[in-house]
Amino acid sequence: MTSHPRSGGLSRRSAFKVATGAMLFSALGRPASAQPAPIKVGFPVPLTGPYGSEAADQVRCAQLAIEDFNRTGGLNGRPAELLVRDDKLNPAEAVSRTLELIEKDKVDMVVGSLSGAVQLAVNDACKARGMIYNALSLSDRINEASDFGPTTYHEGMAPHFSVGALGRYVFANMGKKVAYLIADYEFGYEMRRAFQTIGDQMGAQVVAEVKHPLGAQDFSSLFPRFISAKPDILCVLNFGRDQLNALKQANEFGLKDRMKIVVGALSSTQRIAGGADAYADVVGASNYYWAAEDMYASSKAFNAAYAAKYKGGVPSDYGSYGYGGVRSMLELARKAGAVDPAALSAAVGTGFDFDLYKGPQRIRACDHQSVQSVFILKSKSEAQMKTTHDTFEIVSVAQADEGMLRSCAELGHKS
Amino acid sequence: MGDVSLGLLELQFLTGLALGCIFVLVATGLTLIFGLLNVVNFAHGAFYATGAYLGVFAFGLTGSFWISLVAVPLGMAALGMAIEKFLLRPLYGLDPSYPLLATFGVGYVLVELIRILFGTDGIPFSAPGAFRGSVLLGDISFPRYRIFVMCATVALLTALWLFIEKTSYGLIVRAGAKSPEIVEVLGVDTSKVWLLVFAIGTAVAGLAGFLAAPMRGVIPEMGVNVLIEAFVVTVVGGMGSLAGAVIAGLAMGVIISITSFFAADFSNVVMFAIMAAVLLVRPQGLFGRLDAAR
Amino acid sequence: MRLIAVQTQCNEASLVDERPSPFGWPERHRVLVSAAVLAALPAVAPHPALAINILIYGLFATGFNLLFGYTGLLSLGHAAFFGAGAYGCGLAIVALHLPWYAAILGGIAFAALAGAVIGGLAIRTSGVYFGMVTLALAQCLYFIFYQWTSVTGGESGLRGVSVPAIDLGPLHLSLLDPLSKFYFLLFFVVLALAAFSRILESPFGAVIEGIRENENRARASGYALRSTKWMSFVLSAAFCGLAGALNTIHLGIVSIDTLFYTTSGTVVMMTVLGGMGTYFGPFIGAALFLCLEDLTTNWTSHWQLIAGLIFIACVRFFPAGVWGSLLERIRK
Repeated sequence: MTSHPRSGGLSRRSAFKVATGAMLFSALGRPASAQPAPIKVGFPVPLTGPYGSEAADQVRCAQLAIEDFNRTGGLNGRPAELLVRDDKLNPAEAVSRTLELIEKDKVDMVVGSLSGAVQLAVNDACKARGMIYNALSLSDRINEASDFGPTTYHEGMAPHFSVGALGRYVFANMGKKVAYLIADYEFGYEMRRAFQTIGDQMGAQVVAEVKHPLGAQDFSSLFPRFISAKPDILCVLNFGRDQLNALKQANEFGLKDRMKIVVGALSSTQRIAGGADAYADVVGASNYYWAAEDMYASSKAFNAAYAAKYKGGVPSDYGSYGYGGVRSMLELARKAGAVDPAALSAAVGTGFDFDLYKGPQRIRACDHQSVQSVFILKSKSEAQMKTTHDTFEIVSVAQADEGMLRSCAELGHKS
Repeated sequence: MGDVSLGLLELQFLTGLALGCIFVLVATGLTLIFGLLNVVNFAHGAFYATGAYLGVFAFGLTGSFWISLVAVPLGMAALGMAIEKFLLRPLYGLDPSYPLLATFGVGYVLVELIRILFGTDGIPFSAPGAFRGSVLLGDISFPRYRIFVMCATVALLTALWLFIEKTSYGLIVRAGAKSPEIVEVLGVDTSKVWLLVFAIGTAVAGLAGFLAAPMRGVIPEMGVNVLIEAFVVTVVGGMGSLAGAVIAGLAMGVIISITSFFAADFSNVVMFAIMAAVLLVRPQGLFGRLDAAR
Repeated sequence: MRLIAVQTQCNEASLVDERPSPFGWPERHRVLVSAAVLAALPAVAPHPALAINILIYGLFATGFNLLFGYTGLLSLGHAAFFGAGAYGCGLAIVALHLPWYAAILGGIAFAALAGAVIGGLAIRTSGVYFGMVTLALAQCLYFIFYQWTSVTGGESGLRGVSVPAIDLGPLHLSLLDPLSKFYFLLFFVVLALAAFSRILESPFGAVIEGIRENENRARASGYALRSTKWMSFVLSAAFCGLAGALNTIHLGIVSIDTLFYTTSGTVVMMTVLGGMGTYFGPFIGAALFLCLEDLTTNWTSHWQLIAGLIFIACVRFFPAGVWGSLLERIRK
């Protein structure tokens, strides 16, 4: 991979100068006994609202990332600390909180967000102020040149490759006739585009397509269309409560007897809230599942550290984003030798590969996307579960591969 | 689009009726409390959610759906009485916006209490075994539980109607709604009447939440959209009119269902479009009284 | 309507009664007083973004108060006008590429237009019905903006509304600097407060208070009730629209949640908490609400419980609000 210093970025040499200067300054500028100023990581996540438990787990995992970083020496002795804020799942509140972190708390970087709309808003605010921001939410848009800025990083998966990986598995193993149930917002469309791109390549046929409003309580009136379309696969592209209700009611109407159901984004918290019955045999894509410990040493270590610190339990998929998002940025700062945007960008340009909790990952230079493995999971029925955490079976893993991403040119980045 | 067979349209219609029954259930409590107390109950959505959680909690204790089904309205009625007695009663003499504001606060508190007691995630809850699966109606299948909900709605409405129209208590309630002064003069304690009405309205809202739980999941925010839906049905039917709530609720369910078949994108907006149209033509709603605001 | 024993205007006589009230002077110079107090906000607020939120929501609550506190009409749909102002300003910048001052005017105009339409429909009803109708119509606007993704950005909100700096001749203000942004926005808020004060002192102000106190008597006095109510509605919407426009300049985005009914609920809470029908009340309510929220959210995620309990206690025991109750006590 070649690197192209972005306009507005520093060349590698001057970045190196800045970095060594910073190191000299931090070595000479203070009495040796004084603690070096900590790296402040702002962490706005939706602690209140429907995804409170996902956010709480993200905080737990982010704390773990801070501890692991500090235990291994920090940035030349500089420890990191986490400043948690509640974004209430509301873009306006999130921007207010981000401004507070930047203006009052003087953070060095911001990591967070669970919703696409919030993430894009926070990115706007950080971009305007030259603040490093690592976004944890699923989105294709944030990688596009119009939204991306030199300080933008994206730890969350882009639907293009996560749902794309799901499509590859589904069309190869489960049938070719697909019906879509899509949440009527950007995230829903992004997932559909990803799934259908693969479908077109593999000769899939769309037999029905229905959009539903966000927060729909009742999906029953949409089911007759799916019953009459007779698809092999019903692809449910929504999230959270909408997904839970759609699956519960699909079960109620006996749709599973007529077709297989797949979901674009599978999350363990929603599965637990929805119950085993509603989710049984549903296949979906996820960024992490604890059983990955049978494949990767880093996952084993991550699960063990989590269980030790939080007295049992396993990290959730969304929670683990909190770990990856904070830890990868701190490791990148360590590689760069400083925590300023230009130094980080330059460090990415020289290739940044890491394996922190889910096998090999790397950050692509042009859009700062975290390239990572995608887990294709199948939900277990009550009878198949051995423990309460035993909710899914890993049926396939799509390894981290830049070929799964949209190309830099496609995203509008100048090469 | 595939061939629109008759069986399919029938299924769509039936689905709409079942959906309408839930609309009727959520609007009934709201319209009762408004019609008789002249209070717009903003905690209605929260009562719906509280009823669902209360039912799931009772189910956890007893393991019986039927005991829970009885426990929910009783528990909710007690909650309603407490709220009416300590919060709303002192506000009746004031402007009608005060009870509205108070119930708005109650809604905030109840939903947050649910989050504190039961967590933010929601609780898995399924229909009792006897009501799982579907029945075959000709060549279409329909979930058993939705049929049960339809029957329960009919039973509940019948009971309410009998109570209001055929009992001496109902007579006092109706008279009190028309003219509290005359009832007072006749020596009836109207405060007891208001207490009873608010308790019934709360119980019906809670029952609606519990009946909806197996279909829609049990989550703290389950009442947010329901509040708006109940308002829309109530406004269209005419505030304070039980018949209006029933007709508007069923019609709304069927219209939404048929709309989702032909133009799913508009199924959300159609509700508000109908309401705006009704407001333009008849501001008091289809069956509302013109002097709705006393 | 239960009388809140505060006559903020038209009753100079009661303010200058035999006992010189300590509140006579601030009431008479209320625009100056509020400007001075607000100017000191950044020094006392926990952080600049919060100070700006107090400015914006205080103005929003003031606009709402014109209709609720002074005219006696409880609207439950004022999110529509805050949102219309926010989107009007944002779209003027993003879609029409207008300069910031035109965008602010655009926001006000769009909100006033929304107020004219919604108000025109709503004033045909009265009492709690009025509340229901405004709520329903505001939700209609929410759904229109939600669905109209190509223009409004739909659920993702409107983004890319950046006003990084203001150049007025030799004056260059960077709006990325929080203090500059605060005083820039304060200028508009004070202008609005001065206008608001003038409206209250005008004959129109006397008429709307007459409507609040006794609608039948006002009708008997020969006032054109409907057009007065409608005018009050439109003016109220315009003030809320300015607040929305300033919010867009503050945040650089417009969130669809701005239009959702919970926003209407928030402004009702702030106004009641501070004191409806009083000049300073809405700002005091907004400041209390936002500061409490800021403090509590950092140690508990159950802020709603605290807000709800405070609000219930306020409605039940201090229906005149914090400021209103204080005034009542002093008058006694």
